[in-house]
This record gives sequence, structure tokens and C-alpha cells, in this order.
Amino acid sequence: MSHSSISFTKEELARYNRHIIIPEFGEEAQLRLKAAKVLIIGSGGLGSPALLYLTAAGVGTIGIVDYDVVDDSNLQRQVIFDTREIGQPKVEAARRRLQALNPHVQFKIHNTHLNSSNALDIIREYDVVADGTDNFPTRYLVNDASVLLDKPNVYASIFQFDGQVSVFNYVNKNGERGPNYRDLYPTPPPPGLVPSCAEGGVLGVLPGIIGSLQALEVIKVITGVGEPLSGRFYSFDALNFESRTFRIKRREDNPVNGKNPTITELIDYEQFCGMRAVEEKPVKEITAKELYDWQVTGKKFKLIDVREPAEYRIVEIGGDLIPLNSVSENADLIPRDIDVVVHCKVGARSAKAIRELEEKFGYTNLYNLKGGILAYIDQVKPELTRY
Amino acid sequence: MATVIIPTPLRKFTNQTAKLEVSGGTVGEILEQITASYPDLKKHLIDPQGGLRSYVNIFAGDDDIRDLQKENTPVQSGTVLSIVPAIAGGI
Repeated sequence: MSHSSISFTKEELARYNRHIIIPEFGEEAQLRLKAAKVLIIGSGGLGSPALLYLTAAGVGTIGIVDYDVVDDSNLQRQVIFDTREIGQPKVEAARRRLQALNPHVQFKIHNTHLNSSNALDIIREYDVVADGTDNFPTRYLVNDASVLLDKPNVYASIFQFDGQVSVFNYVNKNGERGPNYRDLYPTPPPPGLVPSCAEGGVLGVLPGIIGSLQALEVIKVITGVGEPLSGRFYSFDALNFESRTFRIKRREDNPVNGKNPTITELIDYEQFCGMRAVEEKPVKEITAKELYDWQVTGKKFKLIDVREPAEYRIVEIGGDLIPLNSVSENADLIPRDIDVVVHCKVGARSAKAIRELEEKFGYTNLYNLKGGILAYIDQVKPELTRY
Repeated sequence: MATVIIPTPLRKFTNQTAKLEVSGGTVGEILEQITASYPDLKKHLIDPQGGLRSYVNIFAGDDDIRDLQKENTPVQSGTVLSIVPAIAGGI
């Protein structure tokens, strides 16, 4: 994070004035921010506030890793996106918003799923990593890659009403290295015990709070201002408004950087955790035009609409309404002997419904309407109401 | 009496109770008490060999019991034991 050759324009000095006039922060810390390269892994609930604040703060280079597209169910907490961006790649939508917020920041987008074959190459370019992903395999992957590459990893995690923050693998001014995720949690819980936010839910403001704390720690790690949350572990219970900061230590039996490391390169984290990092496996698709052909040729099939009743009242195309959160309990209404087309607004919820039905009940006859009802309106019935 | 703080993901096994007041001289005795009162909690805290599961941390006050005397860590009246399992949400 060398900054000897970096300076500010007048515009930047004006923009960052409220940082620069803090005596403990000053132009020196602001220069360190500008010299820094930070990688934000996941641009969702935690990534949204972290990206917005780190961009506003003037971090010089920000990388964003995300493979997903914006879904309407994201907008309750992922405040970096807006309604017009539903269906667009998150990294591109995020970059547009952030570049408008601060044109002095360089963005690098990685529209990919972080995995064992690309993690080292992506993370290597950066000084600090901030992990805001949503699954255990990626948590262990980011941890191990950060340790192997000697990068500090600012960790934050949420579930329903609980939040956690720590700074892992941080080397302090005395050269002492702090603990990492494997010191805190040597192994992940078995699959199914701790559901994801997609299944278990999360209060939208919680990632706003925890992701902001993550941004705070990134700034402290970069600038050296204050005491980073290394060797400590912060836990927040939003329901009872209680927070605690625990002491944590390195362990000799840590397999990555303990006394006798057994992990010297990245492993198969999905196998290690017994679960997939990306729940999205491909589903069979049908285009709006193909669906229309099926309708006009009198083919025998069933159309299921997994949107919410309020959306159904705005516009519908003859499907049976079974909202996503009730598909499992209504599985007996979904036939197995004829083709079934499932649709929602843009195609993401219906894909989830299909995966759920395939995994729980073994369906093989389900097709996702590509682009959802909006694609159908655009390509087949433009006279219907868009929303 | 020690106070045991139950995290959100495990409250479904304690009738949604967030804090339990339990008497016992060590962390191990307290764990025995609460898993006797709430049997469904046991498999989430204790592994088949009888040890604490490695994705669950218990802190006595501010310290991880693995850095103290593990299950033999003494508990005084007023000690707060926090159960903190791994969570992985972020998006």
C-alpha cells in the first residue's frame, strides 16, 4: 500500500475534507486509502453498504466479485441496487452506482463465482479482502486463500437477527499475526443445520449495520488508524440489542497456518463442507415464444405462477398461483405426467421453485419461463401491463 | 446462577428462550443441565464423542472456553456463557 507517488487533486481534497480534518486521520490516512486495493467478495446485503461506504471514503481501487443477477427479493436489503436493475448482473449494476458516487475510484469487476481454481489469481491483486458471501464453502475458501496469500480478511456474517464481525490474518505493528476463521471455527456445521438467508431469512437492516462495521474495519486495516478487530470477535443480536466482543486466539492445530500445516494449497471446499457453494444448478428453460406456441397449438401442459398474490392481481397469463414460499406444501397440485411451465416476474424465483421441487420431490418435467412474465409481455402480449 | 445466551439459530430448540439461568459449577455441568432441559439442543452442541462441536464456540465472559479449561472451566454466579455457532449469511 505504498503511497509516496500518490497525491490529491483539488476536487479530491474538497471531497475528502471531513476525513482530512480529523486530527487522528488526516491527509496521511486518506492517501493510504487512495493507494489501497480492496476486494469485496459478494455485492449483496453486506457488500452493498461496504461498497457504498468504501467508495465514498475514497479507497483507490475496489474489486467486486459476484456471479449473480439482481433479483426483486434482493431489494429489501441490497441497497446498492434499484428496481430498474432487476435481471442485470450485480457487478455491473454496482459499478454504475458506485462510479456515479465517486469518479475518483477505480473499479474492477469479477463477474464470476469464486472457486478454488480462480481465487488465488483474483485475490492476489488486492491488499485487503472483505468477505460478505453467503455460504460455508466460500467462507473457508476465502479464509484459506487469504492466509496462503498473506492478506488480511475482514470477515462479516449475518443470519436472521445475528451478526458477526472480525479481522482475520492481520499482522499488527509488532509483526504479530492474528487468528483466522479456522482458529475460530475449525469445521463448518453439517449441511442443513444453519440455513442460508435465502431459506432462513434476514432482517434487511441487519446487513446494513454489519456491512458498515465491515467497511469500518477495512478502513482501519488500510490506514492503521485505531485498533482493528483482530484477535477479537464481535457478535450482535439485533433482536435483544445486545453486542459482545470476545477474545479469540490462534491455535496450534490450525491446518493452514498452525504448527504443522496440512493445507498448503486450496482444496475442494464444497467437499470439505459437504454442501455446494452455488445452489444454482441449471434448470430446463422455455422461451416466451415457445410457451405461446404451446398455448396456441393446444399442447397439454400446466402453467404455474410462483409470484405473490399482489403481483398476480396486476397482471397474469393464465397460470395457477402458488407463491414461491408455498410450493413445497402445494406440490400435490403440480402434475408429474405432463410438462409444467413455472414462471415469476423475471425468472429467478421460478428457477428457485423448480430446484426446490426437483430436489425435494424428484420432479423432472418442470420448465422455467426464461425472462418471466416480463419477457412474455414483451415478446408475445405487449398489450398487458408491465410492472 | 450463570446466564447462558442462546443464539437465534438455536432458539427453536429452547422454546425461543434467549437467556437461560442455570446453576452449575463448571461449563460442562451447565451444558448437561441445559441439554437435559432441552434435549433437542444436545446434538447441536455436543459431538458423538461427548465434546463440544467444532462449529460452536462457548465464551465464558469474553474468553473462549477452549483457551480456559474447556468444559472444566469454573463458572461463578453471574458468569455469562455465550453460545456462538458459525453462521455464513451475507447476501
